[in-house]
Amino acid sequence: MLARPSFWMIVSVTLVFAVLPLATGDANLRENLIIIAVAIALASNLNLMIGYTGYVNFGNVVAYGLGGYIGLYLTTVTGWPLLAAAIGAGIAVSLFTLVFGLAILRLRGAYFGLATIGILEAVRTFASNFSPWGSAAGLYVSMSAYQPLGGPMRAVWIAYLAVVAVMGISMLLSLFVKRSKFGLGLFAIREDEDAAVVLGVNATVYKSVVYSISAFLPAVVGALIFYKNGMIDPGGAFDLSLSIEAIVMLLLGGRGTVTGAVIGAALYEQLRGYLLTSPSFTNFHLVITGGLLLIIILFAPEGLIGGLYRLLPRARRVFE
Amino acid sequence: MSALLEVRGVSKRFGGLLAVDSISFEVGKGEIVGLIGPNGAGKTTLFNVINGIFKPDSGNIIFDSRDITGWPPEKVARHGLARTHQIVKPLNELSVLDNVVVGACFGSEHLPLKQAREVALEVLDRVGLGKRKDALARELTIAGKKRLEVARSLASSPKAILLDEVLAGLNPTEVSHMIGIVRGIRERGISVFMIEHLMQAIMNLSDRVVVLNFGKKIAEGTPTEISRDSQVLEAYLGDPNIAEKLMESD
Repeated sequence: MLARPSFWMIVSVTLVFAVLPLATGDANLRENLIIIAVAIALASNLNLMIGYTGYVNFGNVVAYGLGGYIGLYLTTVTGWPLLAAAIGAGIAVSLFTLVFGLAILRLRGAYFGLATIGILEAVRTFASNFSPWGSAAGLYVSMSAYQPLGGPMRAVWIAYLAVVAVMGISMLLSLFVKRSKFGLGLFAIREDEDAAVVLGVNATVYKSVVYSISAFLPAVVGALIFYKNGMIDPGGAFDLSLSIEAIVMLLLGGRGTVTGAVIGAALYEQLRGYLLTSPSFTNFHLVITGGLLLIIILFAPEGLIGGLYRLLPRARRVFE
Repeated sequence: MSALLEVRGVSKRFGGLLAVDSISFEVGKGEIVGLIGPNGAGKTTLFNVINGIFKPDSGNIIFDSRDITGWPPEKVARHGLARTHQIVKPLNELSVLDNVVVGACFGSEHLPLKQAREVALEVLDRVGLGKRKDALARELTIAGKKRLEVARSLASSPKAILLDEVLAGLNPTEVSHMIGIVRGIRERGISVFMIEHLMQAIMNLSDRVVVLNFGKKIAEGTPTEISRDSQVLEAYLGDPNIAEKLMESD
């Protein structure tokens, strides 16, 4: 692992993210980077499902939103410290997805995708009607809840660094799974599930485990981000379009590759930032996202990294 | 010779069709047993029942002195009973080497990646795919893909292997190469149970032959016995006395 260029690339990217805004104290830079860090974390974990296992999870944002709700509930109502609440949210969401995974991973192809949308909508409706979570109004973080971390200003920095750490762990997880026996089993399932099973891969267990693992870090990120934002509501937490944007990022960069998820997430966030702030495009950003998705699927299904592999086969060894 | 694989009265029904009808036979240790029969006789269905893709409606399958009836395919594979597919199922976007590593990793030995890679390289050399190890599986020719099927199942260190028409679609050179591979498998003490349409090959390779027709076992014996069996000749060539019978009934 230490001999792999990808490992050191991941470490460097994470350090740059952590050090640059801290050194300059630039809050704008921090806000820009945190959006990219979240995108990288979400896309990398989604890659475990879509890129590695071949199961398109349209409802991937459900882990992020649920993590946010559970995290916020634990910090504000139960009074847990932030990191404990974030990890607790991750564990709770992983267990939740493990149970659902065992049920819906019997479905293949488009049916699985539809089921994930169903889960997303069901959870959103649940959150909208669950009074401990504030029903449709959602949950708020009171200013006093930031006190244990030394006030809101410090709490924002701590949340930022924690998100960057989760981004780093997400990328390392992608790399580690890709180079493991577990990952090889996932690839075999992606290529031909029937053949994989005949070769001895326990597809039911593998799919459920990866579905559950791929929910853990997004849930942690959700807990951190919604804590930092100070509020959560069902519409913002369980937004189907965010799920689809995560898929676009992954396809743009190149599914199944560690680097592709990262580059796709960073590029897409840049584009989105430009579209949202540009006066002529602001209402059209999802239109352009949809167009981009179509172009990728039609003309470059392997994404940027896939294209790079094609041009330079040796790049496979460097950009995994 | 003690039986490694024992099939006892196995039946499999699809709706109104009895695809496999109370079939019993044994495959001994280190034996090559051929399975022949006209198209639709139930050969591949029998394979699918043995390796757990279908559950039999009745009967038992004993492998390596354990009752594996109703086990899921991955468990059967890990217990040392490997198979290949008639319609090849390469893991297309993985390298040829990785395809075989999958077999070694998840087969009966549960090898860790590094050792699995060594085993895979050795097996690839044995089937003559060593030079193609870095190619993607989809880039192989049909003959290459058939060898890959065999290599993957061999890498799992099986005690027995089910070969489903590994010679079909190959040219004569490729056929003789594959026959060499099958002989090599047996020399390592691995039992082979093979479906084949190429009579010359099956008669040459097999110690014994089982013949199916319409889901029933109609004959079993050495290749010589089989080639003289009137029921077998009828199944393949039609009733030799059909003309006389037709005239009598007039």
